[in-house]
Amino acid sequence: MSRQTSRLDAKKVNSELFTLTYGALVTQLIKDVDNVDDVNKQLERMGYNIGVRLIEDFLARSGSGKCYDFRDTSEKIQLATRMYLGVSPTISNWSPSGDEFSLVMDNNPITDFVELPDSHMGLKYSNMLLGVIRGSCEMVQLEVSCWFVQDQLKGDNTTEIRVKLLRKLEDSVPAGED
Amino acid sequence: MVKIYNLYIFNNAGTLLHYAEWNRTKQSGITREHEAKLMYGMLFSIKSTNKYALHFYETPTGTKFVLNTDSTAGKMTEFLKNLNSQIFVEYAVKNPMVDLSQPIKNDLFSAKLDAFIKGSSLYVS
Repeated sequence: MSRQTSRLDAKKVNSELFTLTYGALVTQLIKDVDNVDDVNKQLERMGYNIGVRLIEDFLARSGSGKCYDFRDTSEKIQLATRMYLGVSPTISNWSPSGDEFSLVMDNNPITDFVELPDSHMGLKYSNMLLGVIRGSCEMVQLEVSCWFVQDQLKGDNTTEIRVKLLRKLEDSVPAGED
Repeated sequence: MVKIYNLYIFNNAGTLLHYAEWNRTKQSGITREHEAKLMYGMLFSIKSTNKYALHFYETPTGTKFVLNTDSTAGKMTEFLKNLNSQIFVEYAVKNPMVDLSQPIKNDLFSAKLDAFIKGSSLYVS
């Protein structure tokens, strides 16, 4: 993976190993769970679990503070994608109310060696990415929902992930004695 | 110039004699009595040392670090940021066996934290 700053170089991982590892995981999941919808769900859930921890690393490394608005958030997600996937997505198609945007990737590195067989067209191969976004946003009190609008594995020109802000979560208040 | 947020006056038994606030924009979401009780509880437990400074650092995800030192310490924000990025993130967050909803029972984490504090140029015993 090509990462941005020289500080991170010591921890570089070979991108093919990473891509193949993800592929092996998806393949095994398909063998273990025969329903494609359940595979999608499991991938998303795994991503969620990654996201809730990955954001701590992201915040520590980037030194980011709180976001002022959702546009701010979108830029942080863009930066994080660059840090962890080595690709820089473009942000586009903002909804007029500013609560929904698209993350467009010309090239999705985790699908480098992948072609979906006709029997698995319902598979959302990269669904883990959506989970990562949802999990990391939830940790900063943002409930979002994500879905694929375009997917290069399904023959589209780009991979487009739609991110929608559902609501801001409240800081939890410690439980009282009474 | 300093922004004044609020003032608590407690008597020696911990009763809140008076509370007033100015420019306080954020409410805690708990009752005033409860908030005062929490504040007094913190003071009570902290008062065992005569002079102290309390340093607080919160990440955007809501992890909170509270460090008590003697009063000679300057601004410790940078120190706590490093503690987060070099110790908490590395040895607690990135260890999938550490459950972050529970108290951390992990020897490596404790050892690294101890080494971080003792190895700091600020540390004197």
